[in-house]
Amino acid sequence: MSIETHGLVRDFKEVRAVDGIDLMVEPGEIYGFLGPNGAGKSTTVLMLTTLLPPTKGEARVGGFDVTIYGARVRKLIGVALQDVALDVNMTGREHMLLQGALHGLSKHDASSRGSELLSRVGLSEAADRRVGGYSGGMKRRLDLALALVHHPSILFLDEPTTGLDVQSRQALWGEVRALARAEGATVFLTTQYLEEADALCDRVGIIHRGKIVAEGTPASLKAEVGRPSVVATPVDDADRPEIERVLKRYGEVYDDEPAIGVRLAPEKELTDVVRALDRKKLKVADLALHQPSLDDVFLAKTGLHLEGAGEEKPEEA
Amino acid sequence: MKAYLDSVRAVTRRNLVNAIRNPALTVQPALGPIVFLVAFGGGLSAFGDIPGFDFPSGYTSFQFVFILMQAGVFNGVFLGITLARDLESGFARRLMLAIEHRTAMVVGYVLAGAVRSLLMFAILFGVGLAAGMQIDGSAWHMLALFTFPLLLSIVGSLFASGIALRFQTVQAAPLMFMPSFMLLFLSPLLVPFDLLSGWIKAVARFNPVTYFLEAGRGFISGRPHDTLLAYALGAGMVAVFSVWAVRSLKRAEAAG
Amino acid sequence: MNTFHQIVWLGRRSLLFTLRQPVQIVPSIFFPLMFLVVIAAGGDRASTIPGFPAESYFAFALGGAFVQGTMLSGVNSGSKLAYDIETGFLDRLVLTPVGSGSILIGHMIGSLAVSLIQLFTFLAAGLIGGVHIAAGVPGILVMFALALAVSIAFSALGVIVGVRTGSSEAVQSAFPLFFILLIFSSYMLPRNLMEADWFRWFATANPASYLIEGIRSLVITGWDLGALAAGFGTAAGVAALTLTGAAVSLRRKAVWS
Repeated sequence: MSIETHGLVRDFKEVRAVDGIDLMVEPGEIYGFLGPNGAGKSTTVLMLTTLLPPTKGEARVGGFDVTIYGARVRKLIGVALQDVALDVNMTGREHMLLQGALHGLSKHDASSRGSELLSRVGLSEAADRRVGGYSGGMKRRLDLALALVHHPSILFLDEPTTGLDVQSRQALWGEVRALARAEGATVFLTTQYLEEADALCDRVGIIHRGKIVAEGTPASLKAEVGRPSVVATPVDDADRPEIERVLKRYGEVYDDEPAIGVRLAPEKELTDVVRALDRKKLKVADLALHQPSLDDVFLAKTGLHLEGAGEEKPEEA
Repeated sequence: MKAYLDSVRAVTRRNLVNAIRNPALTVQPALGPIVFLVAFGGGLSAFGDIPGFDFPSGYTSFQFVFILMQAGVFNGVFLGITLARDLESGFARRLMLAIEHRTAMVVGYVLAGAVRSLLMFAILFGVGLAAGMQIDGSAWHMLALFTFPLLLSIVGSLFASGIALRFQTVQAAPLMFMPSFMLLFLSPLLVPFDLLSGWIKAVARFNPVTYFLEAGRGFISGRPHDTLLAYALGAGMVAVFSVWAVRSLKRAEAAG
Repeated sequence: MNTFHQIVWLGRRSLLFTLRQPVQIVPSIFFPLMFLVVIAAGGDRASTIPGFPAESYFAFALGGAFVQGTMLSGVNSGSKLAYDIETGFLDRLVLTPVGSGSILIGHMIGSLAVSLIQLFTFLAAGLIGGVHIAAGVPGILVMFALALAVSIAFSALGVIVGVRTGSSEAVQSAFPLFFILLIFSSYMLPRNLMEADWFRWFATANPASYLIEGIRSLVITGWDLGALAAGFGTAAGVAALTLTGAAVSLRRKAVWS
C-alpha cells in the first residue's frame, strides 16, 4: 500500500477533527478525499505528511510509520498544501532551484528538472518573473511543479483548485492527471468540489465530521444511491399534494423545497412522469432530470448537501 | 451649527469610549514618554554639569518639558493611526456618509486626541513628581506649560489625519512618525538652545518645537520668556495643518 | 545535500528576500543613522563635562549606533521567520531534508547583510563627521566583528520570538523593548558619569553596556583589552543562550517526527 491508516484520530482541545479514519490507497491510484469545510480533510493531510502528530491510531506512507520514520516519509512525498506558501520576492525558477537543491539535486539537475516542470505546467514564459506578480492559477501550478521536483512517488494535494475560476481549475485537473500518469505517482487529493472528485479520482472517500461515510469509485458510489431523479416545481402550491400522488407511482418521493423529487424506480423514465402530469392537467414551473451525483451520495449518507455542510475549522492545539 | 457640534461630540465620544475599552490604545503611547523621562531625566543628569548649562530647576525638570512635547506629538499621531485604521476597515466611510459637514469628523478625532493627551500629561506629571522633579513655577505657570504639548497634540492629530485621509491605510504610519521624530529630535533635546552649535543650532532655530521647549522650560523654572512668540507659532501651525487636513479630506471624498 | 550547501541555498534566499525589499532595509539604516547624527550634534557639549572620556560626542556615540543598528536588524530575522510561518513557507522547507539548524542560520544571513550595510553607513557618517578611530584600520575590523556578533546574538533572539508567536507583527512590536534596553545602558553617557545610582546599577547589569563599551573603546581609546574582553564575552554569552534557544524552538516547531 502507498498510504494506509488505521483508526487515525486527531483532537484539538475539545474538538475531534479526525475521528477514526481507515484508509488504503494503492500505488498509482488517484484517491480523492471529498468533504465540506471543517470535515477533517486538511487535518488528515497534515498528519500523513508528518506536519502534525496524530492523537491516536496508525498511519503509514510508503510503508513507513509517520510517527517514527518522518524523515523517510518526507523523502518519498511531494506536497502542495492549501496555502500555496510561495516567497513573493523569488521568481518561479528560483523556487524550483531552491526546492531541488534542498532535496539534494545538483545545481545542473535542479535546473533541468525545474525547466522541465515549469514547461509542463505552462510557466516557462513567467519563470523569471517574481511570484508576487503571478495570478492565483499560476501560483497553484508552480506549487504543483514544486511538489514534483524530486520525483516523489506519493503526491499530496490539499484543495489544489480552491479559489480558481472554472477554466483554471479544469486546466489544473489536466495537469494533475498527466503528471501523475507520467511520474507514476500515487495522488492523495482533498477537495470540496464534486466535479473535481468525479473528473480526477479513481476512488473517492467522502468525509464528514472526521469520519469516512462512503468510499468507492465515483460510479459505484453514485450507483449505490440509485437511479436518476425527476424534480418538479409546482406553479401553484395547492397542486402540491396531487403532484406528489402522481409522482409516487413512479418511485420514491422526497421533499426538495420548493420542488418535489422522485427517485425513479427501475424501468420508469422521465417521459412517463411528463405524460402523467399532463393527463392530470397539473402545471409545473420547472421539471428537471437529475443524474445521481456525489452530492446525492453525501445527502443519502449524512442528510445534508455538501454545500452548506461545512463547519468552522477547529483551533490547533 | 448645532448639527455640526453634535457630530463633533459623537465622533469624539466614540473615540474616547474606544480608548476606554482598549486600554492598550492609551497605555502604549504613554510608555515611550515614561521610559524617556525616567532614562533621560534619571540617567543623563550629568548633562546639567556642562559649563554654561543654566537651568536651576534640575535636569529632570529640563527633560520633563521635552517629554511632554514628545507625548503630545505622539498622542496626536496615534489618533491619525486610529483614523487610518477606521478608513481601512470602512468605518470612517460610515461616518462620512452620516455626517453632513465632514470636517466635524476630523475635529472629533482631533478633540479625542487632545482629551487623551491631557490624561497622558497628568500621568507624566505624576511620574515626574515621583522621579523628584523640581517645580519652581507657579500653578498658573504649570497650566500654561501644558498648553504647548496640547497644541502639539492638536497639530500632530491634524497632520496625521491628513496622511490617513490621503493614504487610507495603517501602512502609512511611518509617514506620520518620521516627520514627528525629526521635529522632536532636531530641537534642544539634551541641552538648552544656547549650548547648541553647528548645523543643529541652525536647524533648531527654525523648528517651532524649539520655541515651545524654551517657553515651557521657562514656565517650569518660574522664569517665563518668549511665550507670546511660542503661542503665535502654535496658532500658526494649527492654522496651517487645519488647511492640510481639510484639503486631505476633500481629496478623500473625491477618491470615493 | 550536506549542511553547508543547505545553508548556502537558504542564505541566498534570505539575501534575496532582504535585498529585494528596499522598503524594509532603508528604515533600519535611516533611523539609527538619524538618531546618531542628531544626538551627536545635540549632545556635542557633553564632551565638556568634567571627566568625559572623549573629545567629541560623535566619537562617543558611534559605538551605541553600531549596537543599536545591528541589534534591531538582527531581531528582524525573527520577523522574517514568523512571516514564513504565517505563509506556510516554513512547512515547505520542513518537508525537504533540510535541518532546522540550517533554516536558522539561513535566516540570519539576510540580517547579517543588512547589518554590514548599516556598519559601513555609520562608519562613513562618523568619518565624515570628523571621528578619528583610535585603534585604526585593524580596530575597525574588530568593531565590525563585535557588531556582527551582536547581530547574530539578537537574530537568534528574534527567531525565538518569531517561532513562539508565529507573527511578524508581534516580533516588530517587540522592537521598543530592545530600544529601552539601549536607553538604559551606557549608550549616551559613560557609567562613571551617571549621577543616579539606580540608573548606574541598571546600566552595569545591562549586557548592552558592555557591547557598546567594547566597540566604543576601539574608537576613543584604542586597544582596551578589558573592554574588548567584556564586549566579546557578553556577545558570546548572549549568543550561546539565544542560539540554543532558537535551535530548540525551531526544531520543536518544525519537526516532531
